[in-house]
Amino acid sequence: MGKRVAVVGVGMTRQRSSRPDVNGQELIHEAVRAALADAGMKRDDIDAVVIGNMDHFEGINYVDTWSVDGSGALMKPIMKLTTGGTTGSTVAMAAYYHVASGLFDRVLAIGWEKNSESDTTGAIITAFDPFWDRPIFAGAVAGLALEATQYMHLTGATEEDAAYVAVRERRHALNNPFAHLHINLTVEDVMNSPYLSWPVKMGDMCPRTDGACALVFASEDLVEEFPNQPAWILAVADRHLWAYTSDPYVNQALENGWWFPALEWAAREVYDKVGVREPLKEIDVAELYLPYSFAGLRYMESLGFCPRGGGPELVRSGATDMGGECPVNPSGGVMSSNAIGATGLLRVAECALQIQGRAEDRQVPDVRLALATGFGGCFWSDVLLMGREKPERSRG
Amino acid sequence: MAGEKNGEGKEAKEERKELIKLESGEAEQPFRWSAGTYGSRFLSELRDNCRFVGVRCPCCGRVYVPPRRVCGPCFRELTELVPVSDEGEVITFTVVSFGFVDPSTGRQKPVPYGYAVIKLDGADTYILHYLDETDPGKIKVGARVKAVFAEERSGSMLDVKHFALLRA
Repeated sequence: MGKRVAVVGVGMTRQRSSRPDVNGQELIHEAVRAALADAGMKRDDIDAVVIGNMDHFEGINYVDTWSVDGSGALMKPIMKLTTGGTTGSTVAMAAYYHVASGLFDRVLAIGWEKNSESDTTGAIITAFDPFWDRPIFAGAVAGLALEATQYMHLTGATEEDAAYVAVRERRHALNNPFAHLHINLTVEDVMNSPYLSWPVKMGDMCPRTDGACALVFASEDLVEEFPNQPAWILAVADRHLWAYTSDPYVNQALENGWWFPALEWAAREVYDKVGVREPLKEIDVAELYLPYSFAGLRYMESLGFCPRGGGPELVRSGATDMGGECPVNPSGGVMSSNAIGATGLLRVAECALQIQGRAEDRQVPDVRLALATGFGGCFWSDVLLMGREKPERSRG
Repeated sequence: MAGEKNGEGKEAKEERKELIKLESGEAEQPFRWSAGTYGSRFLSELRDNCRFVGVRCPCCGRVYVPPRRVCGPCFRELTELVPVSDEGEVITFTVVSFGFVDPSTGRQKPVPYGYAVIKLDGADTYILHYLDETDPGKIKVGARVKAVFAEERSGSMLDVKHFALLRA
C-alpha cells in the first residue's frame, strides 16, 4: 500500500499574455522560489523534481536539462513529462506517485509554458498525425468546435447556454490577482464576439498565456514539518482515448454512446475509490480544465454533476457560481489563464489553496472535498480528488 | 501563498529596459515520415484509383479507415483489406474563420473553410476532411457527402479536394 501524500507548498507566477522580461528557466524559477518559500523549504530539501511543458510551444527541447539551475533540480532526480493539455495534471499525478511509492519524501512539481513564443494553433497541429490529421485539422479551437457542434446537435443546447459559462469564468477571475484575463463580460458580449470556428466565438475560448506553477508534495511521515495545513490527495485517475483527432467520436459510438468516455471513466474511478455518490452535493469546489465554454456544459454531465443534457440548466441555476452548491473555477479557470503546461497543475494548486483556506478573495467557505481535472490531446482526462482530512489509507 | 512579488509588479518600479527577442526566421526542419504498409496502400489507392480502402478487425469486425495495423480495443493485428465507399455522412463539423499559419506549408491557411468528421459508408472509424460549404446554416449533422478528387494527386489526404454536400 502506498504512502499518503499531501500538497504542502504552492507557488505561481502571475499569468500574463507575455513575459518578455524572462526566459523559460527564469519563469520556472519564480514559481519554484515561491513554492519553496511557501513550504518553508530550502532547495536542498527537495528529493526529486517532476517538470512538464509542451516543448513545441517554445521550440526548445529538454527543459529538464536546461532549467536545472532555476528549477532546483541541480544534481537531483528529475522526470520530464509532456502529455498535451493534461501536462500539468499529469505532473501532479507523477509527483504524487513518486511520494506515494515511498522512495521520495518531498517532491517538487513544476508546470510552465510561454505560449507567447510561438503560434499556439500551429504548434498544436504538430502534435497530431502528419498524414491523417494535419492537412485538415485546425488546432484546439476548431477541434473543440467539432465537439460543440455535436453537443448542440445531441442535446439542443445553444450558443447562449455556453456563453453563460464564459461569463462565469471571467467573473470569477476578477477575484484572482494571478489570473491573466480580468474582463467583466456579459452574455451579450460573448454572443457578439466574432466567430473563430463556428459555433465557437472569441469570447468562448481560453487565452494564450505565459506562466508557471510549482507545488511541493510531501509524505504522510513528515507533513508535520511544514507550516501549511496539508491538502491531501485522496485519489487520482487518468484515461486516454485513441490516436487520431476523429477517434473520440468513434469511441463514443462504440462505447454505447458514452458521453466523454475518458472523463467518465476517470471520474468514476476516483469517485469509487473515495466513495463519492452525489458529486454536486458532496464536492465543495471544483477546479476543472474547461478550455472553452461548451466544456462547462458537457463535462459537468460527464463528471456526474447533472444528467446528460442537463449542463445548461445546471449553469443557469447558479449552482456553479461563487456561493452556489459547488462553485466551479473560483480562480477563473482555463478560460481566464492558459499557460498550457502550467494549466493542469494550477487546477491542483487552486484546490490546495481552497482546502487550506488560503484562496483569499476567491475562497469558497469550508472546503473539505475538492475536484481537479486535466484535459488534453484527443479528449484525454486526468482527474484528482483532494481533501482536508487525512485519508484512512492510500487509495491510489 | 508566496508569489505575489513576482511578475510585472517588480518590473514597473525599475527603469524601462529594452527586452530583446530572437526570431526563428526562415529556419526549416525537414522530416520524412513513414505512412506504413497499410497507410501507403490507402494513399496509393487514393492517388492511382480514386478509391478508399480500409481494414477489418477479425475479432470485433470494425473496419478502420484509413487502415491501421492494430485494433486498439481488441489489441489484434489486422490483415483483411476491404473497399469502402467514397460517400458517407457528416458526424460533426465546423467552419474555420480565424487565420493561422499552417505548419505543414508555412503559409497562411485560406479561411473560411468548412471541415467535418466524416463516416464513409462501410467504415466504422471516421476521417477529417474539407467540405464545399462555408455557411454553417447549410450544413447539418447527418448530411450525406461524396468525395471530390483533385486532378493532380500525389498520395496524400489532399488527393481528395473536399467532400461535396449531396443536396436532396
